[in-house]
Amino acid sequence: MMKHLFRRRAEPEEGSMSLLQESWMRLLSNKGAVAGMVFLTILVLTAICADLIYDYETEVIMQDIPSRLQPPSLKGHLLGTDEYGRDLLARLVHGSRMSLVVSFSSVVLALAVGGTLGAMAGYFGGVIDNIIMRLTDVLLAIPMTLFAIVIVAALGANTTNLTLALGASSIPIFARVVRASVLTVRQAEYVEAARSIGAKHGTVILRHILPNCIGPIIVQFTLRIAQAIYNTAALSFLGMGVQPPAPEWGGLLASGRTYIRDYSYLSIIPGLAIMSTILALNLLGDGLRDALDPRLK
Amino acid sequence: MTENAPLIDVRGLTKYFATKRGLLHAVDGVSFTISEGKTLGLVGESGCGKSTTGRLLLRLIEPTSGQVLFHGTDIASLSSGEMRDMRKKMQMIFQDPFSSLNPRMTVSQIIEEPLRLHRMIEDRDERMNKVLEIMDLVGLSRRLRNTYPHELDGGRRQRIGVARALVLDPEFIVCDEPVSALDVSIRAQILNLMGEVQEQLGLTLLFITHDLSVVHHFSDEIAVMYLGKIIEKAPADELFAHPSHPYTEALLSAIPIPRLHDRPKRIILRGEITSPVNLPKACRFATRCPKVMSRCHEEEPELCEIGPNHQAACFLLD
Repeated sequence: MMKHLFRRRAEPEEGSMSLLQESWMRLLSNKGAVAGMVFLTILVLTAICADLIYDYETEVIMQDIPSRLQPPSLKGHLLGTDEYGRDLLARLVHGSRMSLVVSFSSVVLALAVGGTLGAMAGYFGGVIDNIIMRLTDVLLAIPMTLFAIVIVAALGANTTNLTLALGASSIPIFARVVRASVLTVRQAEYVEAARSIGAKHGTVILRHILPNCIGPIIVQFTLRIAQAIYNTAALSFLGMGVQPPAPEWGGLLASGRTYIRDYSYLSIIPGLAIMSTILALNLLGDGLRDALDPRLK
Repeated sequence: MTENAPLIDVRGLTKYFATKRGLLHAVDGVSFTISEGKTLGLVGESGCGKSTTGRLLLRLIEPTSGQVLFHGTDIASLSSGEMRDMRKKMQMIFQDPFSSLNPRMTVSQIIEEPLRLHRMIEDRDERMNKVLEIMDLVGLSRRLRNTYPHELDGGRRQRIGVARALVLDPEFIVCDEPVSALDVSIRAQILNLMGEVQEQLGLTLLFITHDLSVVHHFSDEIAVMYLGKIIEKAPADELFAHPSHPYTEALLSAIPIPRLHDRPKRIILRGEITSPVNLPKACRFATRCPKVMSRCHEEEPELCEIGPNHQAACFLLD
């Protein structure tokens, strides 16, 4: 830590690294970010290879009542079995697929739509700002769960609609965060300088404004993924998310709730999985934010 | 076109900002011309509209009324595409080199961006050569090309700002207080640099400043602004020798002179500045003028000729 504080700032000299390489080096020097990255890589690989590790039909959803509610052990089931005798580790591994896909795609969707709207509102201001922000206020006024219920009830319960519902409920949050950052950066003289050398609005926004807003956006992104995993669980619990017997982390957590007094591992283990994923995302997000900022070199 | 035809011809340029209390008269009927290769110094206190005038000239803000003729073309009538082409010829150097450079771009990226935007040089190596040439011209060491602005001091940063303005080979540059954010020790360097560059490239400059000692040496002509209007305009030496408007007199008396005895008397202005919102029909300087007359509160003086090339707006001079 102290070594970090007193590290001599490199003299300006002829560098040969591109911005991307430089950021990558800075990311690697951040231990937390590397830990987060390693964890997420393993997680993603597990999700991709889930079928190779556990067979879906026979190990993940087939019930085996005689071996129900076995505690975690090194001999039998590593993480124990649930109330239908299904191996918890197998369900966790397969559940990561659904949790990751739904949460990531819904947040990416929200960032794309909300970010574009927010950037336009913040940059152009005036009437455009008012129209966009009032529209997002309408979205914000509807409770997320109710909103998701409406979408899923109207369109049917499946992964796409679940993603849509979760994504739509995050749009106003991204719109607000991006708009607020754009508003502060828009005042900077380098934005005016960009206009004075003849940059079009799109160039100004993409090259000069958004790169300087990246910090709050990354932080919000990682936080919203955590929220999305959480909300998927809530919707699954209400029967509108992932349909049983398909496994999903939030769903596992919710179904373990019934047995929490005697078989607490059923909810603790999925909870730990969710928590570590979120922690890894936050570590990586913080590391990315710092690595992408040349001022923190 | 004759040699002395004005490159910049500003006619009745006006910008009002709508505020909650009424119209803010930022720039109110400003007219002037700048001949090719000359420098006009625009001086005035903070908030008098000099920066707004500079931005109106480059159409970074749309004027309420009036014209800005560049080579005889009214730039307000251009479409946005034509305006982009026009921007190659007119550039700006900003006041604060700490905020006018994008912190996420390297020195060479900042300088080459105008070339990329206008697709002037498509070849990467050629473009980099041009950037290095310009860096040599403004006295930036080539080894700094991959550094970020935050790693450099104010003087070097402002050199980047100058380089960015020069890279498109413009004819006209608006310098918006280019040295007021710099240390005194670095000011002279940057001013000398700009003087050299102007001579080498035959640039026309609008030099906005509140620092009269700077403007005397740098300008061919000086215009003094007060609350959105030009109140006196004359060749630099003439203005310093014979200031006519009471405001100009007061401004000049405020320049420190390195002499112990024989100091001219300082004129200290008292009273509040008139608010630029909903201006009364009177001389704008009347509330602070040491030579105020009753007529000053009733009508507004017009800019009129009081000597060769010397104009002022004051009833005392009628």
